[in-house]
Order: sequence, then structure tokens, then C-alpha cells
Amino acid sequence: MNEASLTALDLALAGALVVLNAALSLLLDLGVARSLLIAGVRSVVQLLLVGLVLKTVFALNSPLLIAAVVLAMIGMASYEIVSRQDRRFTGLWGAGIGAGTTMLATLFVTAVALATLAPSPWYAPQIVIPLAGIVLGSVMNGVSVSLNAFNTSVVRERAAIEARLALGDSRALAFKALQRSALRAGIIPILNQMSAAGVITLPGMMTGQILAGMAPFEAAKYQIFVLLLLAGGSGLGAIAATMVAVRRISDTRDRLRLDRLAKS
Amino acid sequence: MPQLARDPTLFSTYKHQGEAYDSAVCRARGGSYNARMLELRGLRRLHVGPIDLSIGKGTCVSLMGASGSGKSALLRMIADLDPHEGDALLDGRACSSMPAPEWRRLVTYVAAESGWWEESVAAHFAVDAGLESLLPAVGIAREAATWPVARLSTGERQRLALLRAFRPANRVLLLDEPTSGLDAESIGMIEKLLRDRLAQGTSILMVTHDAEQAARMGSRHLLLRDGQVEERAP
Repeated sequence: MNEASLTALDLALAGALVVLNAALSLLLDLGVARSLLIAGVRSVVQLLLVGLVLKTVFALNSPLLIAAVVLAMIGMASYEIVSRQDRRFTGLWGAGIGAGTTMLATLFVTAVALATLAPSPWYAPQIVIPLAGIVLGSVMNGVSVSLNAFNTSVVRERAAIEARLALGDSRALAFKALQRSALRAGIIPILNQMSAAGVITLPGMMTGQILAGMAPFEAAKYQIFVLLLLAGGSGLGAIAATMVAVRRISDTRDRLRLDRLAKS
Repeated sequence: MPQLARDPTLFSTYKHQGEAYDSAVCRARGGSYNARMLELRGLRRLHVGPIDLSIGKGTCVSLMGASGSGKSALLRMIADLDPHEGDALLDGRACSSMPAPEWRRLVTYVAAESGWWEESVAAHFAVDAGLESLLPAVGIAREAATWPVARLSTGERQRLALLRAFRPANRVLLLDEPTSGLDAESIGMIEKLLRDRLAQGTSILMVTHDAEQAARMGSRHLLLRDGQVEERAP
């Protein structure tokens, strides 16, 4: 594969686009300049650091180190999930639901992918880390969006939920509609991504591979494989998160337990 | 009831002998009495309780008290909608011994603020409830059965929420300010419906701020103060 190596100047030119955006924002008083610049710098620093770390991890090829990297990635994803919640659960549940369901869905989907690709050794860092990373990102989106949608809608629909419970509906029935719409919100991004794939946009990963010199049909096959993993992961994560959330926001006496949500 | 209160064979205090009180009142009025219809044993949550009380079959009990005294909290505890200490029993069967949804179909709480979860009015009622024929009894046009909920006024929602809660299964209705904000004509209609339910043997515990309504509807009157209920003369 012919890898077209990027120079620092190439990256600086791309960065100028973000700076242009920030300048426009300042000029038109749109209020996004600061967050745009911070996010831009953050992504550059993070990706360069990751590149350096991965270089070392790939060289050492130690299963323990690889496991530690994957766990650290899950930990950071969990932190992101918590910080994206407007109404999170109190105590350990606040981080626990996001972290637990993200870990479950990510590890399961990554394991399925590894079983399919059968790299040698099975923990080959060049395969495991990028795979777990891309699955994790999708699971994180599914979990955080659906969890946030569920919790905020429960607070908003309190009267309706309690009316149903008071009339003798079970908690499963009383939360069903909210659970469905929260789940839907969580998987809409991946649904859009799948529907638009190849027709409206070339997915990022495929674009990267073609730019790096891979044959388009091979790149397409990889993209299909990854897209299906992502769909599976975010769906699984969102389902698990909303199921746990329904149980946590209610109790075994079919009561609505808003006291288990932290004050916003 | 001064002559009853002095009779030591009937009861010692109102608060803990509600059953005896009920029984005494019913005997005094010559009515039939089912002492074990609804019993509360040591219900307690936050600043409310412990409350012991019993309410006989077909009885309407008014519950008054200052705002924030815990009237809604008490009704919600009876419906088991909030975690609490103590237990409620219906005909001797403890709430804690049956699934909560089953209890709430028998002992049904209607909140002051009504809640709606479907777009159409009709979707909130059982298909065989005959909604259209029920609407005139609460002063709402029959066509409202086909309306979306969003088209209803606050008062209409309040009346429909009551209708929705009236099911053949309920034995006890826990009503939180069922007629607040309604006009006199609507209040009269609701009270008639409630009297019909009482005649069928349903018991009602009703929070109200209207002393006249309490006097009209209630055969017993409770005041919630400092977390305790006090029995009051009509």
C-alpha cells in the first residue's frame, strides 16, 4: 500500500479552516469561536499523543498493555457519557450505567469482530485497538444519547407516567413509549450513517483507506464490515442502557423514583 | 358525636381507633358497615405519619390541611406510589402482599395535575368504557371523545382524568382536589358522580380546600396537621 505521508504544512492548512471558522464566528458574533478553537487544539493534541502511544504499544505487543489501553479508552468514554447527561442518576449509578453498558456492548462486538477477522496473535494491537476504538465511539454515542433522552423525558413526562402507574399499569408498560423513543434517538445517527453510506457521503474510514491507496472495492468491504459492527454496538449499548435506566428510575413496587436522579 | 366520644367501650382516641369510630358512626346512622374495607397501619414518610386509620365501605372521608401539610403525600402513600413505612390493607389484604399494579387498580389515586400519554382522548380509555356516553355526565360534549388531548382545557382534563379513574374494579378512590378550579355546575356534576360511586360501595378519601364541599360530601372529616390526622366533627 502506498501511504501518502502528510507533512506538518498539510495539517496546518487544514487547521486554517478551523481558524477561519473561528474568525467568522467572532466577526458575526456567533459565540462558537472559543469552543471551536479549544476543540480543534484538543483534537490535534489528543490524536498526536495517541499516535505516539500506539506506536509504543504496537512495538511492545504485550497483551496486558493492550488490555490496559482498551480499558482506559472505555474509562474515558464513560466519563464523556456522564458529562453529557443533563439528568444523571445519583451515586455510583450515574457513571455505572454508562460505563457498564458501554463496556458490555464494546467488548461483545469487538470479540465478535476478532473472531471473524481471526488475527494472529488474536490480540494483535494493530487490529484490536483501532477496532475497539471505533466500536467504542459508536457505542458511546448510542448510550449517551439514549440515556440522556430517556432521563430528560422521564422528568418531563412525570405526570403522565405517574397517571399510568396510579391507574395500575406496570412500570414496563408505563415506561415503554419513553424507552422506545430514547432508543430511537440513540440509534438515529448510525441509521443515518448506514442509509447515507456511499450515496451521500463516503464514510470517513473508507475515504481514509482510498486516500492511503487501498483498492476501492476492498475499502468498501472493510467499510461494510465496520459499519455493521458499529450499528450492532450502538444498538446493543442503547438497548442495554435504556433497560437498566427503566429499572433504576423505578422500583420493584412499580413506583417512579425521580429521587434517584441528581438535581440538574 | 360527644355521646360516642365518652363511651369507653367504643374507643379511647379518634386517631388510633378509626375502625371503632367508623363502626360507631355507621351503627349510629343505622347503616351497614364493613370495618375492614381500608385500613392504614403506621403509614409514614418524611414528616407525615405514622398514621393509623380505617375507612368503611361506601364512605366518603374529607381530608383538609394547610398547603404542604402532606395531604398528597398521604394519598400517594396509600396508593403505594412513594416509598414509605407501614402498610395499607384492603379487606384484610395487605398492599405489600400483592403486586403494586393490582393494588392500584383497587385503590386508585387521582392526582391534582392530570397526566396524558397518548395524543387522542379516546386512547386513554378502555375500548368498552363507552366514553362518548359518559362525557355528558361531566359536562363535556360527546365529540370530545374524538379530540386530541391538546384541545382540552385544564378543567376538561381534570374531569376526564376522574372519569378515566372510575373503573368497575376500584374499591377506594383517593382524590386530590378533584374539583379545584371548576365552575359550580361542573362541581355539582362531579359530586353527583362521586355519590353514585359511594352508593355502589366505593369508598372515597378526598383532599379538598373547600369546607363546604367537605361538609356536603364527607361523612367523616380529617384534618392533617403536624403529620397527624385528627378526626373532626362535621
